[in-house]
Amino acid sequence: MDWVNAVVQGVLVGGLYALFAAGLSLIFGVMRLVNIAHGDLIVLAAFVSLVMVEATGLHPLASLLLVVPLMALAGYALQRGILNHTLGKDILPPLLVTFGLSVILQNGLLEIFTADSRKLNAGALETASLSAGAGIDIGVLPLLMFATAVGVIAGLQFIFYRTAWGRAFRATSDDKEVAQLMGLNIGHVYGLAMALCLAVVGIAGVFLAIRSNFDPSLGPGRLIFGFEAVIIGGLGNLWGTLAGGVILGVAQGLGAQINPGWQVLAGHLAFLLVLAIRPKGLFPRIEG
Amino acid sequence: MSDLLLEVTALEAFYGDFQALHGVSFSLRKGEMLSLIGANGAGKSTLLKALCGLVKAAPASIRWMGRNIGGLPPHDIVRLGIGLVPEGRRLFPSLSVEENLVLGGAVNRLGPWGLKSIYDLFPILAEKRHAPSTSLSGGQQQMVAIGRTLMSNPDLILLDELSLGLAPIVIRDIYETLPRITGNGMSAILVEQDVTRALSVARQFICLQEGRVSLAGEPHGFSRDQITAAYFGT
Repeated sequence: MDWVNAVVQGVLVGGLYALFAAGLSLIFGVMRLVNIAHGDLIVLAAFVSLVMVEATGLHPLASLLLVVPLMALAGYALQRGILNHTLGKDILPPLLVTFGLSVILQNGLLEIFTADSRKLNAGALETASLSAGAGIDIGVLPLLMFATAVGVIAGLQFIFYRTAWGRAFRATSDDKEVAQLMGLNIGHVYGLAMALCLAVVGIAGVFLAIRSNFDPSLGPGRLIFGFEAVIIGGLGNLWGTLAGGVILGVAQGLGAQINPGWQVLAGHLAFLLVLAIRPKGLFPRIEG
Repeated sequence: MSDLLLEVTALEAFYGDFQALHGVSFSLRKGEMLSLIGANGAGKSTLLKALCGLVKAAPASIRWMGRNIGGLPPHDIVRLGIGLVPEGRRLFPSLSVEENLVLGGAVNRLGPWGLKSIYDLFPILAEKRHAPSTSLSGGQQQMVAIGRTLMSNPDLILLDELSLGLAPIVIRDIYETLPRITGNGMSAILVEQDVTRALSVARQFICLQEGRVSLAGEPHGFSRDQITAAYFGT
């Protein structure tokens, strides 16, 4: 029964990994930008939420209403102010600039908040659980996290395939030059994509901060989990990204069941296995 | 001045250090169709790209309805009424036929063209509206590319190598629709490898050679030999 429990908990935590990954996948899809600072932006969102909760006494989940729009605005400004100037034929400049951004964010947060571990307190929600029978308890918070991930992926899917924004994203990704001939301002389209990405990052950051301790050094680890979920699921497929997050979560859960020290290692091994057998991921986008 | 739509004056264009256009000048009236001929690498596509903003140009070298537009970004120029049907069609593969068309109309310029009138012009596209654009034949893709540009209701349509890679019968069909496109006063600049076809559809032509205008005027004003000489530079 412990094993079943490990799988169930792994699936639920996979939702959080999918939240880490969704924005990464979106940005790579639209503008071929690999954002090394993605994990640090998640941690930044966690700290933004912390500041708001401490200043206003809001429930951490309520802070989403402020954190998400704030992060989206920051994303638009970051894209138009800095990242757009790095995009071109050469893929190295955006990598270097986002790497630099990662260093700045980590050290900036360290300077302001010190290296102490912090955590958001969500009160009774953290310990509430539902019994699924047969000795398996499902935490309300992990369940909420997973449901949010499904909702976010469904929402992104809707935006991508059913709205004018999504059309602009896909067209720009297909052919930047011709997209401009359709009247699209590429800089603005990229800004909107990054705003959407950081809105998701805001959600991921708040859940990260409620679920476990966090400190300024946590970013790169979250980036790796996000990358792994994207690659396992297949680039350019949002539902695949959710599946990738779940597979990563389950692998970690099973690893921890064998030996607590194997948790992270098992996730990496699952990732390497998929990469070796299906280099394009399990559910790559079907090319027309 | 009143019906002068486009004035190109001493236009120069560069790719890096390479100069592709050396002082090209011509003008176009409202409703006029102009053929642009010339050998490969003569600068035809570069000229079209400069007109729609994809290649930088000095502000005063391109005047549109009396306003300097050289060097404006492409997304502004399309709003002013210049639309390009790019060489090789370049549809958006991840968009369906209808999504390609709708995106073309995103600039919201008023005019006769909309989804309905484009489906009237090319009925086959109505049947395939939800198909991925890449599943269409070359000729059908060219129809989508033309329709996508028409959706912006341009005052001037730039047609770059419509016949590229298409079967002769398909090319003929596409050219037969041209009068219906330009019929309601739309001006056009046509780039075509097939000189005979290019000269038969337009009243005015320009021949480019190594980035310079080598001959310009009305097709029947010159002999075949004169045009060949201007084309190849012999």
